[in-house]
Amino acid sequence: MSCKSCDCNQPAQPERRSFLGGSVSIIASMTILPGLVLHEVKAKPDDQRISNKNRWGILIDTRKCTTECDACVTACHKKHGIETHGRPDKDPQWIRKLKVEDPLTRKTSSFPIMCQHCEHPPCADVCPTGASFRREDGIVLVDRHLCIGCRYCMMACPYKARSFVHEETENPLPHTPRGKGTVEACNMCVYTVDKGGIPACVEACKLEGHQAMIFGDLNDPESEISQALLREGGQQIREDLGLNTGVRYQGIN
Amino acid sequence: MRQGLIALLIGLLLPLAAWSGVLPQIPEARKGESCVRPTDEMRKNHMKYILHQRDETVHEGYRNPQFSLVECINCHATKDDKGEWVSVKTEKHFCNSCHTYAAVKIDCFQCHADKPEEAYKQANHPLILREGLSEDTIRNTLMEARQ
Ligand code: SF4
Ligand code: SF4
Repeated sequence: MSCKSCDCNQPAQPERRSFLGGSVSIIASMTILPGLVLHEVKAKPDDQRISNKNRWGILIDTRKCTTECDACVTACHKKHGIETHGRPDKDPQWIRKLKVEDPLTRKTSSFPIMCQHCEHPPCADVCPTGASFRREDGIVLVDRHLCIGCRYCMMACPYKARSFVHEETENPLPHTPRGKGTVEACNMCVYTVDKGGIPACVEACKLEGHQAMIFGDLNDPESEISQALLREGGQQIREDLGLNTGVRYQGIN
Repeated sequence: MRQGLIALLIGLLLPLAAWSGVLPQIPEARKGESCVRPTDEMRKNHMKYILHQRDETVHEGYRNPQFSLVECINCHATKDDKGEWVSVKTEKHFCNSCHTYAAVKIDCFQCHADKPEEAYKQANHPLILREGLSEDTIRNTLMEARQ
């Protein structure tokens, strides 16, 4: 069976070469410390395409998140090679910590905020080239091969989740390419998720012992995240916009 | 007569010698016996394969290693005499060795890594620790600036 979308004769199910390690997949679940299961997401075979059977999401319990901790931010920077060029306001930023205070009760909460992976992403609505798009499984990405750097999406995003890359990157990482003149944002560690892993921020939060973030499949009623949402509920930031975000919060008010 | 023959031979061979000096010096792949497709085919069609899979990967999460740019680099990137990974900016890099010869400029590596995955696994990637700034300093500056 041959794939028909171009004339490269690439078989639809190409046989793998052993040295490429195609069959290597991340172990579906790994215990690091007793009682701490690192992830429970099943690895997708490499040659299988994503589908809308899954909707990836993150649930953040702000009551477990502490003001001093920024393990998630550090992990993200490390994982995606986010570096400074000495002009911090121009550096890419995929995730940041916020501290909010209720003016009436003076109750404060601290939580990380990143691309909320909207079901109806305004960034994709305004993108003139189709570079901003939502994958079938709910992860919102920028296809930097198509992005022209117009930054409309940055204006449209209600969460200020996107960054423009102002500087050339000397040493981009193999799984986080970065191009001057394009826009990027949290990609929910899409490469790792496709390989059956969990986002770096969620992992860091677990390892730090706070366990304030749960990553999982919102479409699977049995998943940890769906169970927690069913039990305790979860809010969207700016719920009034009706974007149906994949990132949800608990305990903000 | 004899001298004339020699001169003729030299005359014939010289351009050949010169020609072989111009041919690209393509480094051998580090891994495997053969490429994912026969060499002739790859020479002609590699970009077609990579482009095809690129769109499937970005949009559909298709992660087959066969025509993945990262996997090209994993096999074809080489080290220089000093044991350093060769940068794509030099003609010693697999991709650039041929592309310089063919005078076809590639821009893949304006965004993509020109070194194999293992180059980043060995040591801490220099990105955050560059310019002598500590991780804490960078993290704090970033956070202050954005809050
Ligand atoms: S949070 Fe912003 S960048 Fe992310 S999907 Fe929504 S609009 Fe797009
Ligand atoms: S900056 Fe890129 S991704 Fe954003 S709207 Fe413009 S073309 Fe689309």
